[in-house]
Amino acid sequence: MTGTYMPESPNNTTFREQLNLAQHAAMEADKSMLSFGLGISDPKAIFGTTANLAESFGSHRVFDMPTSENAMTGIGIGAAIAGSRVLMTHQRMDFFLLAMDQLVNNAAKWHYMFNGQMKVPLTIRLIVGRGWGQGPTHAQNLQSWFAHVPGLKVVVPSKTDAVASQLYSAIMDDNPVIFIEHRWLHEQQCGSTSVLPLQSPHESVRVHRQGADCTIVANSFMVLEALIAADFLQHRGINVEVVETVSLEQSEWQKIYDSVEKTGRLLVCDSAHGHFSVASEVVSSVTEQCFKALTEAPRRLCLPPYPEPTSYYLTKPFYRNANDIVAAVAEMMGVKVAGGIELDVSTPHDVPGNWFKGPF
Amino acid sequence: MNKLLAYYHDVLRIRLIEEAIATRYSDQQMRCPTHLSIGQEAAAVGVSRSLRVTDNVYSSHRAHAHYLAKGGSLKALIAELYGKQDGCTGGRGGSMHLTDLDAGFIASTAIVGNSIPLAVGNALHQQVQRLDHITVTYFGDGATEEGSFYEAANFAALKQLPVLFVCENNRFSVYSPMTVRQPSGRSIVELSRAIGLRAEEVDGNDVEAVHKASETLVDKVRKGEGPALLECHTYRHREHCGPNFDDQLGYRAPEEVEQWMQRDPVTQLHNKLVSAGVDESRLVLLKQQIEDEIYEAFAFAKASSTPNPDYNDRYLYA
Ligand SMILES: Cc1ncc(C[n+]2csc(CCOP(=O)(O)OP(=O)(O)O)c2C)c(N)n1
Ligand SMILES: [Mg+2]
Repeated sequence: MTGTYMPESPNNTTFREQLNLAQHAAMEADKSMLSFGLGISDPKAIFGTTANLAESFGSHRVFDMPTSENAMTGIGIGAAIAGSRVLMTHQRMDFFLLAMDQLVNNAAKWHYMFNGQMKVPLTIRLIVGRGWGQGPTHAQNLQSWFAHVPGLKVVVPSKTDAVASQLYSAIMDDNPVIFIEHRWLHEQQCGSTSVLPLQSPHESVRVHRQGADCTIVANSFMVLEALIAADFLQHRGINVEVVETVSLEQSEWQKIYDSVEKTGRLLVCDSAHGHFSVASEVVSSVTEQCFKALTEAPRRLCLPPYPEPTSYYLTKPFYRNANDIVAAVAEMMGVKVAGGIELDVSTPHDVPGNWFKGPF
Repeated sequence: MNKLLAYYHDVLRIRLIEEAIATRYSDQQMRCPTHLSIGQEAAAVGVSRSLRVTDNVYSSHRAHAHYLAKGGSLKALIAELYGKQDGCTGGRGGSMHLTDLDAGFIASTAIVGNSIPLAVGNALHQQVQRLDHITVTYFGDGATEEGSFYEAANFAALKQLPVLFVCENNRFSVYSPMTVRQPSGRSIVELSRAIGLRAEEVDGNDVEAVHKASETLVDKVRKGEGPALLECHTYRHREHCGPNFDDQLGYRAPEEVEQWMQRDPVTQLHNKLVSAGVDESRLVLLKQQIEDEIYEAFAFAKASSTPNPDYNDRYLYA
């Protein structure tokens, strides 16, 4: 694997670099792998995540493509059926909607429909935008659409320590995998002391923090908000358990049920609209499995049921943050929690930090 | 001469508006992705001069020039960029979702190729209702790679709909040159002819040429002789999205950039007017008038009230 992409120290690495590293390693490990997407070899290299891939592996394996998402997805599927391992990247999930037919009617069903005779080793990276005027057609996270389709796997990373191994195992999976990256995560530093080895077994549910008072289930950017809230609450004597649904499937949900059995409370933070959502699925499954353990009605913190407006002034109440999580937990606990979290006042609400100056 | 002056006014107006946006963009108050039309103004002006107010227009992510040339409200555009109440969508859509129904500018949308079928649907309505109106759909070279272009063009040809496709070929889709997207030797005009569109190509930086070509096509489209396509060869001066120049990235050959800069539509018109003997002072005055209008529009936008998020769920359903 290409040594230059291994960071000196894990603490110095970012989510973006880890994504890049995983792609280099996968291209190296599987000579049959192809990677394509609009702009993947342009000077901006998909926010840096695809940097140097074309240079390292050649333009026959890594290439930019026509503005033809629908057919190109079909082409990716066809190549995968033929025996290539395929990775496609789209700068926004919204652009990928053109290809839903290929994904749902072909990729998701192929192995099943043809009685296991063929398979589709295809991974599609979709980036979800937020804020700074991304607006109605550049900020959608439609994760529940994909999760609803039998035959698709959906992976929604949130943490730098695991993202490389998560992407690597998605690519190496012999099934179609939708890999959903939140744009606000790309510059996230690695907080933990070590990065998981690329070939670590994929954990579909990760427990980030133990706590006996309330279970918070979150994914994508909401995991970060949940961890901030958890820190704040701990200083006020409330211990929450933070559980991440990395993959949108239920094989490891026993971890969620075990947590709720312990805490009796469930708050689900979804980075998408709440209605008919992943959060809804978590709540209903927990209700079915842990009905007697619940001491409070489960709650969902999600996006409101309307599109993200563009204007700075209109997005203020659109997204949920750590303060909302604190308030919801406090209410469920029936306690008052003094003082909100000091959000960095120098950062406007519509950007992840001062590194983001727009436009995408 | 008056005709030249009128072209100059329209092209320069769009240029100065876009430059004013670019100058103020770094204040971080216009917080939405903004694709400027600088360098590509002549296509919009030439085509719009062949249209009536009652004709309709659809456009793409790079829509400012199309909107303005069709008579879209400048104040509503600037207020939209500032995310204000008086913006053309009250702050909901931003730069990529413009509308001015009074001016016949129906809408621009942000997904590449996505408004082309809408324009064809608009033309279907015009045909069935026997209206004497036509529809224009603006899009870039990249959009000709989307299925929606082929599928919509096919239907327009099948039904002989009153629609003019205008492709602004600026040679790039973001940073991706034609060479990685279409086979060499591809002619969008020939392709369109094969689909059944009456297709012509023109120097998109020559407003007079665009006007002439579009007038001829619009005339036939209006008479019910079927859909047409005009390919305007042009070039964007600045970065794909945003106010800056991005040639330091090295994705365009410096000679190519230089060549196109010399064919700048504003400079060309200016030179023509001067050699036709127009007094410089007249041009200075004209520029001053436009600048006053722009100043007023920015003042209006800044003074406009902020939209109220309490009504965010309004208009989800009609
Ligand atoms: C379906 C889809 N794919 C990708 C994008 C991202 N994107 C925005 S503008 C653009 C360039 C399109 O090029 P072209 O149609 O030539 O228009 P230009 O920007 O050159 O005016 C792309 C790829 C998008 N908005 N929609
Ligand atoms: Mg283009």
